[in-house]
Amino acid sequence: MFEEKAGMVYRTVREVRGPLLLVEGVRGAKYNEVVEVKLADGTEIVGTVLDAFEDKAVIQVFGQTEGLSLDTAVRFTGDVMRIPLSDELIGRVFNGSFKPLDGLPDPVGEERREVFVSVINPAAREPPSEFMQTGISVIDGMNSLVRGQKLPIFSEAGLPHNVMAAQVARQSTVLGEEDFAVVFCAMGIRHEEYDYFRREFEKTGALDRAVMILNLADDPVIERILAPRIALTIAEYIAYDLDMHVLAILTDMTSYCEALRSISVAREEVPARKGYPGYMYSDLATIYERAGKIKGKKGSVTLMPILTMPGGDITHPIPDLTGYITEGQLIMTRELNAKGIYPPVNPLPSLSRLMKDGIGPGKTREDHMEVSNQLYMAYAEGVRARNLARIIGELGLSERERRYLKFADEFERRFINQGPYENRPIERTLEIAWDLLSMLPEDELIRISEENIRKYHPKHRKAT
Amino acid sequence: MSGREVVGKVKRVNGSLVIAEGLTGAKIGDVVYIGNLKLIGEVVRITGEDFALQCYEDTSGLQPGEPVIGTGSPLVAELGPGLIGEIFDGLERSELELWRISGPFIKKGYKIAPLRRDKKWHFVPRVRVGDEVQEGDILGTVQESSVIEHRIMVPIGVRGVVKRIEEGDFTVDETIAEVETASGNMVEVKMAQTWPVRIPRPYRERLPITEPLFTGQRVIDTFFPIAKGGTAAIPGGFGSGKTVTLQQIAKWSDADIVIYVGCGERGNEMADILTHFPELEDPRTGKKLIERAIFIANVSNLPVAAREASVYFGVTIAEYFRDQGYDVAVIVDSTSRWAEALRDMSGRLEEIPAEEGYPAYLAERIAGFYERAGRVITLGSRERFGSVTIMGAVSPPGGDFSEPVTSTTVRYVGALWALDTELAYRRHFPAINWLRSFTKYVDVLVDFWRKHDPEWVRYRERALSILEEASRLEEIASVVGEKSLPEEQRLILLESEMIREGFLVQNAFHPVDRYCPPERQAKILHVLVDFYDLALPLIKSGIPVDKIRELRSVMELLRLKEKEKVEEIEEVFERVKKDLQTLRSKYEVRTA
Repeated sequence: MFEEKAGMVYRTVREVRGPLLLVEGVRGAKYNEVVEVKLADGTEIVGTVLDAFEDKAVIQVFGQTEGLSLDTAVRFTGDVMRIPLSDELIGRVFNGSFKPLDGLPDPVGEERREVFVSVINPAAREPPSEFMQTGISVIDGMNSLVRGQKLPIFSEAGLPHNVMAAQVARQSTVLGEEDFAVVFCAMGIRHEEYDYFRREFEKTGALDRAVMILNLADDPVIERILAPRIALTIAEYIAYDLDMHVLAILTDMTSYCEALRSISVAREEVPARKGYPGYMYSDLATIYERAGKIKGKKGSVTLMPILTMPGGDITHPIPDLTGYITEGQLIMTRELNAKGIYPPVNPLPSLSRLMKDGIGPGKTREDHMEVSNQLYMAYAEGVRARNLARIIGELGLSERERRYLKFADEFERRFINQGPYENRPIERTLEIAWDLLSMLPEDELIRISEENIRKYHPKHRKAT
Repeated sequence: MSGREVVGKVKRVNGSLVIAEGLTGAKIGDVVYIGNLKLIGEVVRITGEDFALQCYEDTSGLQPGEPVIGTGSPLVAELGPGLIGEIFDGLERSELELWRISGPFIKKGYKIAPLRRDKKWHFVPRVRVGDEVQEGDILGTVQESSVIEHRIMVPIGVRGVVKRIEEGDFTVDETIAEVETASGNMVEVKMAQTWPVRIPRPYRERLPITEPLFTGQRVIDTFFPIAKGGTAAIPGGFGSGKTVTLQQIAKWSDADIVIYVGCGERGNEMADILTHFPELEDPRTGKKLIERAIFIANVSNLPVAAREASVYFGVTIAEYFRDQGYDVAVIVDSTSRWAEALRDMSGRLEEIPAEEGYPAYLAERIAGFYERAGRVITLGSRERFGSVTIMGAVSPPGGDFSEPVTSTTVRYVGALWALDTELAYRRHFPAINWLRSFTKYVDVLVDFWRKHDPEWVRYRERALSILEEASRLEEIASVVGEKSLPEEQRLILLESEMIREGFLVQNAFHPVDRYCPPERQAKILHVLVDFYDLALPLIKSGIPVDKIRELRSVMELLRLKEKEKVEEIEEVFERVKKDLQTLRSKYEVRTA
């Protein structure tokens, strides 16, 4: 079978180092060309050409590296990596090398698209501006998600990021619309985590509208380089060819970056920080930047990557470089989680850069931005007072500080906190916000215009 | 400049690094066309027979054995009518045109000339047949947009007598004038001219800096101003508002032309600028901002190597308009991505790295780039002034300002707007930290400010010293509580809060607040500082700070920035004075 396919086969592997193979005597290998590697036991895995010489080539394989030997046969296909695309992909499950895991046959499709290189022309991009209601107050109210945005969850091991991602997927897509799909890409997550997502998608029927690309914790590490790119190639096809709104969930990006690092180490590259390669920013950009909207097309790709910050350190290269590329971040903290607040998203370091374009009159409400800014300011004051109270005791606080401290407590308890199945419309979120803000003197609501205070402040509303 | 074409072949492909042989006579910096698709590249190293090439396009599918053409010419920018309002990639190819011919996804190997070939421009001569002209002289003009008159100059290195010139509609490739040189050669001058991007364009004389680049952003103009022809860096961790701040400057600064280089940044952000700029009105001319803007949108998922070139294209176009007599602002977001491109190539060339993998020549490149800013007397027989101001974002990993790109950049810029993540968390925008930022342009800008506010220097210094004092007191307060501080110190804390909220915080999306003209900046600062001087005697006479804070009019001071007219600001201040007076008499009655 292997030998019958097109392309030259070489059995001249001279060196095996981690996922890298040096094949000699190769004439005319193309850079980034796909190769198929057949191990002595008959297993076939894919790879690409990393370094093309006149008479040799360095290959990087994406599958398991156990079993690689000098006895390996390598077939050069002459083409870069492409996958077949059709609407029949929706509802299916694949592994990280695009092999079916659902017992159905290999996918076919007229359209074969490149997996690695796909760049939307900036001039053809439509700036995202459609509010995407998630039903989660701390997101909708203060870090609104917009269709076509890339908004990651920065979390830590043991925090409920999966629960929130599943809630977003459930609540933001089931609005009686038929034109949505979920693309789910697992990288190095545990089986039970995958089962959780699967069950949650099943509950709302989202599973029929999902494409799953799975590389679980016990799957080959290097395959993780491929998995998100296959997932996003499918997402782009569904969005721009099938005119659907796609929510792509990539989890866990930390596992992806570790795979990237192990290849870099195998290549003996000069590392930048913590052993991660200097090109990690650009590499991550080729994944995250595939979110977006295109002028004149109906669909969109909204990206929600999840990453667990090693040691909870936000300055670690993975969250740091991610934050420089994505349009904001939702940060989960242990402190809020320990208080029993769900979702434990701390709004202060969280941010949605595209919020301003997706909210306001005609989209959500005219007071939305100002209310959000005021909540930020008041909560920051409250947290400051809380920290101070830890040192000098609550009695040492001024009256004003005590008021803000109380605000912060109530804000966490009533605004951030909600049920994993509670779906709050934006009006409800803003209502809770105003109730909380009315704990503060009206004069101190300086981030809100006087007109909006008159219109929405509970005191004035009761009066009219 | 151009030499002979030679053809060699590819020996090795390793990402953006291509090794070729047979490029006999090729020099460092020569442009090469690599492979059957003729991907654009540059010669970066020569070792014996081997030529190391940096390829600016994706090399996927490139194969050893494919041909390489050495052009013998360096990387050049094409300059002429048609630049304004255009969106280029990192190699000056029109992305609008690319979209039209190849669809919404970028495809490689397309050769697109920077300027449109088919468009006719109306050329009006400024000189007559028989006039003697020299390099830099203006031959005539083209009204390129409603605000920009494009001045066609005698190319650099040409001097002679005009033999033919006429008014009419021409494409950029047609000859608009003929100049006979002293040696009898006839030079045909076209509107499209070229210049090597890595070489600064010449000028007659560098001038001292005297005028601000006014941005309408209070924290910048009043506290940390930048001057026309100066340089500034804006470092900050992610989420600290670099891009919004730079966009505000792009929108509201009083440069004649703004060149926005999106270098390795977000695609949606570029799309946002590209979509909103055409709608925005220039506060000075009332015309659309797009009529004086040029974009280079080299986003993060485009090939890394082209980032390196993109900043040079940006600054070369800027110098070209400077030479026409304009004040040009170049905004680069982000220079860190450019430095990363340097590091990437250096790593592939297996050079010995200095700090964090960056090449040892990082400082040299950063300095060389910022040094292309300046205010000059241009070439040409008539005296003409122009300037290039460069403002660059820096994205330090982990928000750590001691990393190589930030610490190097700080040494070569005239102003530093240090962004602070803590401020950003509190939604204090622009999140420019007043303690860590600096400007070297205060002394040279005193004359400008004198026109709007004779006491600018004094008020600026007082406000800064109050802010500094307050930050010291805040540290103490964070241990002992604000309540335990003496009332006089609490007044300083109140005053610093007033300056922060009432002056430094500026809402980029508020219709009035987003642009603050100099007279309003001066007025607000005066009122806020004078308030302190009025309140201090009250505190000394025993009135608690909380009583002052409770005054409704005092809280209104925080909203002065939303007032459109100076009279409205004065009116609020009159009420504050009255309220303070009333408060004082109440207390005097009580104590009496």
